[in-house]
Amino acid sequence: MAIFLTKDSKVIVQGMTGSEGMKHTRRMLASGTQIVGGVNPRKAGTTVDVDGTEVPVFGSVAEAIEKTGADVTVIFVPPKFTKDAVVEAIDAEIGLAVVITEGVPVHDSAAFWAYAGAKGNKTQIIGPNCPGLISPGQSNAGIIPADITTTGPIGLVSKSGTLTYQLMYELRDLGFSSAVGIGGDPVIGTTHIDALAAFEADPETKVIVMIGEIGGDAEERAAAYIAEHVTKPVVGYVAGFTAPEGKTMGHAGAIVSGSSGTASAKKEALEAAGVKVGKTPSETARLARELIGSLGL
Amino acid sequence: MDLFEYQARDLFEKHGVPVLAGEVIETPEAAREIATRFGGRAVVKAQVKVGGRGKAGGVKLASDPEDAVAKSAAILGMDIKGHTVHKVMLAATADIKDEYYVSFLLDRTNRTFLAMASVEGGVEIEVVAEENPDALAKIPVDANEGCTPEKAREIVAAAKFPAEVADQVADVLVSLWKVFIAEDALLVEVNPLIKSGDGKIIALDGKVSLDENAEFRQPEHEALEDKAAANPLEAAAKAKGLNYVKLDGEVGIIGNGAGLVMSTLDVVAYAGEAHGNVKPANFLDIGGGASAEVMANGLEIILGDPDVKSVFVNVFGGITACDAVANGIVQALELLKAKGDEVTKPLVVRLDGNNAELGRKILTDANHPLVEQVDTMDGAAERAAELANAK
Repeated sequence: MAIFLTKDSKVIVQGMTGSEGMKHTRRMLASGTQIVGGVNPRKAGTTVDVDGTEVPVFGSVAEAIEKTGADVTVIFVPPKFTKDAVVEAIDAEIGLAVVITEGVPVHDSAAFWAYAGAKGNKTQIIGPNCPGLISPGQSNAGIIPADITTTGPIGLVSKSGTLTYQLMYELRDLGFSSAVGIGGDPVIGTTHIDALAAFEADPETKVIVMIGEIGGDAEERAAAYIAEHVTKPVVGYVAGFTAPEGKTMGHAGAIVSGSSGTASAKKEALEAAGVKVGKTPSETARLARELIGSLGL
Repeated sequence: MDLFEYQARDLFEKHGVPVLAGEVIETPEAAREIATRFGGRAVVKAQVKVGGRGKAGGVKLASDPEDAVAKSAAILGMDIKGHTVHKVMLAATADIKDEYYVSFLLDRTNRTFLAMASVEGGVEIEVVAEENPDALAKIPVDANEGCTPEKAREIVAAAKFPAEVADQVADVLVSLWKVFIAEDALLVEVNPLIKSGDGKIIALDGKVSLDENAEFRQPEHEALEDKAAANPLEAAAKAKGLNYVKLDGEVGIIGNGAGLVMSTLDVVAYAGEAHGNVKPANFLDIGGGASAEVMANGLEIILGDPDVKSVFVNVFGGITACDAVANGIVQALELLKAKGDEVTKPLVVRLDGNNAELGRKILTDANHPLVEQVDTMDGAAERAAELANAK
């Protein structure tokens, strides 16, 4: 098993015909993902040859679902058009919308998040500003490199793309059930807590790695959730101990405001919930490895 | 991006929030004519992006135009909590009967917008929230429904505004919401919102913070940037489209991906504890691509920082292959040499992930005397810290 994405997931790509969309459609196909179509109203009815696979282009998400039974969309459209693309996906009631786009105004993210809620949360949103998610050996929805590692007992959830890759690489011999990049924006769809709940329920996942960073209080709330609801061992890592107050560190949401959102507060909250927190990515990988060993896996 | 008070005032006025006349000046002499137009009396207010300017002596009442010049001269150039005053705003005076507070902001925790309002304004709202939380009303505002007149009345009622000002305050809230939406703001705050002697509601001081991700549809916002105050290295990096933050250490950092770069800063700081307490000199995320040109631009900024003693290039090849990154580094060093900026500071490079072996070989073959490779992030951080301390 895996969370959110399996070998049966039928994936469409909004913005497939753009340069980033095409590059990653190619990569997703190569890693075994069932890509069943792209969406572009101006090219509806055509097909695109992606390394020998003919991928049909549909005029809308609704049409793509009707013709293919798609249940996942990966969104690569530019920031200007992202809100409309997500709203279209919500209106079509697709099960999962993965928003890769970086630089989406927070008013737009807040609007599509509120819209998803008003429509009964039939569409789970991941991102924006995220690398997507991968269930190694099964399916890949986004830009996470598929060749780092294979399937295994570790579930990973992270705000950061490159730290996801780094941890997958350090633990590549052990493997992952799923790795989910939730993104570093101030307003995101799927949270650490959503992924923790899914990993807790997934029988294949034995150990959970949770990566956070400065800004907001998502890690503190995740810690409270872990203390209450998670029985599987969790290893944590938090980036940004040296970040100065009031400066945005790359991700729009990565900012310490006054005394809130600090890495120390997040680390303390996680440790208080029984999470082993690594000082560096390598130490975090070592802690996860030790836990896997102690479980006799 | 946080704005100055005078910029917030102008945005308030543009969207119909009632404000007093106010004009910004950079030389004391300019105060005379403005104060004369205001009827002689004026409030001279230091324009700094930090709280507590009143207590620091940055706000003074001038009794006549000559006094306005004198007070402006006294405040211009003043240091307020490390911020030098380069501009003062001359504002018309008001007869203050009551001081309130209203704001709209992003509530990250609940992923919605939030209205906050209190009849105890004029003090720091964090203090009210701490000491008298019941006096601060917090009402969620749906991003798609917005602050309608009904929502505004709900906020006014929740904060228990007196009946005689309720309608006026509700109108102000609707206008303030326009500022929040139309300007893509993360925060719009009025503190204090006053009731004047003749019963009028006026925004006397305000704070606005804008979303930089919305710049593509807010062409007027670029003019609001305080370019003079930006660190010159940060300004140069921004001009080249680089995601750079200047810090106060000695180890220059280049990496790919915001999370990995933040992590790199931390790992360098830990390593520095054993090497004279050297610290990271900057945050620089060159993103997924890491072309030779971007690498050259990044190296140029970092090597131009006189505080930098060594450089740590930390790349995990995810999408990008490490051979491309290695070629980027080699070409960047050649580009800099061709421009006459010969590299004189040691570079520690750690390449891992996609095609790392190939990338390492390219750097080994290039055999640049100042480039050293270490295979792990922790080891490379250690070496970069050691080199920075040895200099």
